Amino acid sequence: MSDGIGTKFDKVCSILDKYEHNPHKLIAILQDMQEEYKYLPEDIMTFVSTALGISPSTVYGVATFYSHFTLQPKGKHVIKLCDGTACHVRKSQDILNAIKKYLGLSKKSNTTPDMLFTLETVACLGACGLAPVVVIDDQVHGLMTPESTIALIEEIKKEEVVCGGN
Amino acid sequence: MYKKQTVTIDKMSVPIEGERNLLELVRKARIDLPTFCYHSDMSVYGACRMCMVELEGGGVIPACSTPPADGMIVKTNTKQLRDMRKMIVELMLANHDQNCTTCPKSGDCKLQKIARQMGIDKVRFQQVNRDKIADLSSDSIIRDPSKCVLCGDCVRVCNEIQSVGVLDFANRGADAEVVACFNKGLGEVECVNCGQCVKVCPVGALIPKYQINEVWDALHDDEKYVVVQIAPAVRVALGEYFGYKPGTTTTGQMITALRLMGFDQVYDTAFSADLTVIEEGNEFLERAAKGENLPQFTSCCPAWVKFAEQYYPDMLPNLSSCRSPQQMFGSVVKEYLTDELKISREKLVVVSIMPCTAKKYEANRPEFSAEGNKDVDYVLTTQELSLMIRERGLTFNRLEPGSFDMPYGFKTGAGVIFGSSGGVSEAVLRYAAEKLSKGKGIQTGFTEISTGGVKTLSVQMGDKDLRLAIVSGLASARALIDKIRIGEDRYDLIEVMACCGGCVNGGGQPITEEKTAVEGRARELFDNDKMLQFHSAQDNPYIKELYDDKLTPEQAHHLLHTEYSNRKRINSEDVSLTETAGDKNLKLNICFGTSCFLRGAQELYTRLMEYVRENGLESDTEFTASFCTERCKKGPVLRVNGKTIEHCTYELAVNEIQKALH
Repeated sequence: MSDGIGTKFDKVCSILDKYEHNPHKLIAILQDMQEEYKYLPEDIMTFVSTALGISPSTVYGVATFYSHFTLQPKGKHVIKLCDGTACHVRKSQDILNAIKKYLGLSKKSNTTPDMLFTLETVACLGACGLAPVVVIDDQVHGLMTPESTIALIEEIKKEEVVCGGN
Repeated sequence: MYKKQTVTIDKMSVPIEGERNLLELVRKARIDLPTFCYHSDMSVYGACRMCMVELEGGGVIPACSTPPADGMIVKTNTKQLRDMRKMIVELMLANHDQNCTTCPKSGDCKLQKIARQMGIDKVRFQQVNRDKIADLSSDSIIRDPSKCVLCGDCVRVCNEIQSVGVLDFANRGADAEVVACFNKGLGEVECVNCGQCVKVCPVGALIPKYQINEVWDALHDDEKYVVVQIAPAVRVALGEYFGYKPGTTTTGQMITALRLMGFDQVYDTAFSADLTVIEEGNEFLERAAKGENLPQFTSCCPAWVKFAEQYYPDMLPNLSSCRSPQQMFGSVVKEYLTDELKISREKLVVVSIMPCTAKKYEANRPEFSAEGNKDVDYVLTTQELSLMIRERGLTFNRLEPGSFDMPYGFKTGAGVIFGSSGGVSEAVLRYAAEKLSKGKGIQTGFTEISTGGVKTLSVQMGDKDLRLAIVSGLASARALIDKIRIGEDRYDLIEVMACCGGCVNGGGQPITEEKTAVEGRARELFDNDKMLQFHSAQDNPYIKELYDDKLTPEQAHHLLHTEYSNRKRINSEDVSLTETAGDKNLKLNICFGTSCFLRGAQELYTRLMEYVRENGLESDTEFTASFCTERCKKGPVLRVNGKTIEHCTYELAVNEIQKALH
């Protein structure tokens, strides 16, 4: 049982209608679905395959091929750490280790149990002049150190407590 | 003057005669260019890169995906090409679980064969052994990802030939693998168990689920009386494992081998196929007279039956209610032989030898059990039988021929041709023709051998003009049924077999690259029919005896017929469409399965949500969705507080909701 999927089910139906149930527009449909749910729940993929008249394994294949799609629910705040060549030589690994340690993330799970943070690494953000780069919730932070990154995360955490998690 | 178009391959001039690609031309020149991913009846994939050739002025190109053109000069044997091919095989081996000695595919494995052919004596790359767990969830097929070489043959056969599309690539790069949707097991998804993926898999990544050990255990158990039934298609294919040409009948040796293995009685599935002809023939004549539930679809292919249950629930009343010959045999023998021998059902073990992996699934269907005991206990494929004969230490081609035991080993030619596409229709037509034109005697030769696709024919019978379709390959079946659904085509009788060419090409048959093998096996079955004394099921004296002495109409209905039900494609739970916290007054559940979806479930849902909102019922309502409640014919299906409304409309739903709230 995936809780709350249906609260946006009207939206799901309208996305399918928008693309006229056209199986050739599968990627665009999945992108819009992910926009709604922040990830691609299995039930939604099943529903999409039914609605488009294609096999669910095709939908699953596309969803797992592109790193843009995620099949796991993401945290409220997404931290993207650049590990491209420039960031890498300027020690992005140290930042990665520091975030992991601070948030208690393991190799297997990159989302905190309270669903507040998700950590991702990306290949290159094209901001090599600012290396190393961290993007938190689509906001770019350049010339980062482990300490300044943790400080940013602490800031968000504090705000969350004030707002009562809303 | 017209000049012949040619390609020069390794200094030989090879004429182009409609070949679709260079690979076909190279092979026509008798050069065995090895491939993993090329199959002439499927789309060109070009993934394995084994068929690379050097084209003068064009560099190194894959032969399979290059159309031939006049004047091309091609080399297939240069140092660069040989090095490349070797390296490809080495890379595959480094990524492959190389426990060949314990692999069921050993000896039949293309990777093994090509590695030997390429003269690979060591693998220069480090072995990458990722722990991958084999999928044992299916009754019919085992999928072992550690053996997979990612050639995609199974993906294409399932999608293109069968239109089921269970398997597809997932993930990317080094993580890429072939899986069913959401990484589920084959037993939990829409797989129809036809085993065509097993047939095309070049390695041991897809194999039939063996029951060899269980059968040996039964044979060694002195308490058990073990009988075996052999399907028609097995006898014309088994010999291929022992050096015979495809389409050689080895019934005699096979029977002797089974006796030496310890079976108490050796019977013939063609006997119960005769029984099927009569039951199905009567059913057809009855429907044709009333004009009800036509076209009648045959029901002897378990892969087709599951396919219909999943995708064509509205057509289920059109399926013949007859059980397949395998299951008729099981129920008849467990009912009457236990009586004769005065033993319990548990003591009588029925083993069947089938060309088919789906038969394993069929035998496990709950409706084919009585008192918790299966009608058919174990199903072996032709492949498994060959392994057991070897294990028993028998020199197959030196065995004295033996003969089937009576009475369940006696058959007419009608039962034998069941193993080929067209055979079931032919057998039913022979029966029906004699019934409708009394005194004319037996007529034969209604259908022709087919190796796939749709064949149609019209037959004049009495005052009736019957339209028939014979289809094999599920994608062809889907196309045909879609036409019937929209009223473009009309038929009276449709024979469907899931595998192209019928059971002779089943998923449990010997794997062969010989193109004429399937046709050869089919032709041999029809030749077998010609050599038998009787050609029509109603002439089988033991069948007559069975109807006279034992099979009352009630018994026949009970033992020989079955029912079908809609089947959901994927095992999954309900989805909540609203917040589900707390106990709500109004519980709505809507079906979003394929059939209900087509019948307007989405619109119904949207309007009901509007209704809920407009009437301020949001906090009182729990709305969930199911993916197929298996009532597809009666869709769209809505449940209001547990009460099911079939053919639900907005008005019906609102009416029920108001009742539920007051």
